[in-house]
Amino acid sequence: MAPIYNNDTIQAIREILKDVCDPEIPVLTITDLGILRDIRLHDDTIEVIITPTYTGCPAMDTIAMEIRMALLEKGYPKVKVTSVLSPAWTTDWMSTAGKQKLKQYGIAPPDSRMAIPEDGVECPQCHTNHTRLLSAFGSTACKALYQCNDCLEPFDYFKCH
Amino acid sequence: MHTDLITFLLHMGDNTLILSQRNSEWCGHGPVLEQDIALTNIALDLLGQTRNFYQYAASLSGDGTTEDSLAYLRTVREYYNCLLVEQPNGDWGQTILRQFLFSAYQYPLYEKLKVHPDDTIAAIAAKALKEVTYHLRWSSEWVVRLGDGTPESHSRMIKALDNLWPYTGELFDPASYEQIAAIDSAILKTAWLDRVTAVLAEATLPLPGQTFMQSGGKKGLHSEHLDYLLAELQYLQRTYPGNEW
Repeated sequence: MAPIYNNDTIQAIREILKDVCDPEIPVLTITDLGILRDIRLHDDTIEVIITPTYTGCPAMDTIAMEIRMALLEKGYPKVKVTSVLSPAWTTDWMSTAGKQKLKQYGIAPPDSRMAIPEDGVECPQCHTNHTRLLSAFGSTACKALYQCNDCLEPFDYFKCH
Repeated sequence: MHTDLITFLLHMGDNTLILSQRNSEWCGHGPVLEQDIALTNIALDLLGQTRNFYQYAASLSGDGTTEDSLAYLRTVREYYNCLLVEQPNGDWGQTILRQFLFSAYQYPLYEKLKVHPDDTIAAIAAKALKEVTYHLRWSSEWVVRLGDGTPESHSRMIKALDNLWPYTGELFDPASYEQIAAIDSAILKTAWLDRVTAVLAEATLPLPGQTFMQSGGKKGLHSEHLDYLLAELQYLQRTYPGNEW
């Protein structure tokens, strides 16, 4: 027998998905990142709509699997994860809480002034702005590499995208 | 027989797949770690774009074709990429210049395609344009650094220009299926040439003059380099058909 969904289902699913994290940056959930776009109910199937941060991001396949696993665990067996490209993801969709968590984790959050500033990104360790760009490309597609001129610590910066 | 739309999507995806594969050959061999990472990041972005074009093409085929079969099970004559992207890496200068010449082409192309009447093409282009912006910025900086660097790096960039320039004409010589893009190639060429002229000038490199332009890649007629590239790319699926991770 097909499960019966009602108006509370979407809210319940949203709650479950709050625990699904990005495998590369485990302090951020897919809600923090703005990857989770929509939840739709079709007969007995739940459709979860997500959007990739970068087209080649290998984390997307893992995230889709984790969404299915999380919902399966809570008794929702029929789940379809759809990836949409439009509108294109932007760091503007990252939540304020997410940016705060990133900072505490040691990754400088996106700076809306420009995509990859040459300098001035706040050091997540000692909080000075006396920093410089080392490389526009970092350990994952969404990050660039910086170094603090004061505490000398290299750090990742989540590119404004 | 493919429709023009499918062939166009394959052409777009083949361009990015082959350049992605070429760039990944540098993985673990870059001159410094940061630049090794930069080039493999670019390779990953290009692979992502490839997947989008192939997935769309596969969905239109409706004959069991998948993004994987498109990448792993086509022969060299069934690839529609331009000759520029299949050229060997050469030295770091040639790899950089190839990326720059191609990014400078992708940028105005995706800018036009992001308002294409086909919603999927428009969405892929809008998404990819953000990534290409980084690629263009990074490769332009390197062209300037090497061109306006030491006598050795300058002479290597001149050599790279001599090697690669004959493959740039094909970019603006549309194949029949490119009518799908509905873009005037003369406008695209002007945007590309303006960018290339400005960056080469800053790099103190001469803009190459008129020369014989090679073509054929977009019609499936490739240089021998592509056979070797595909042999490596497709090795696993050819040797162990259907194998999965």
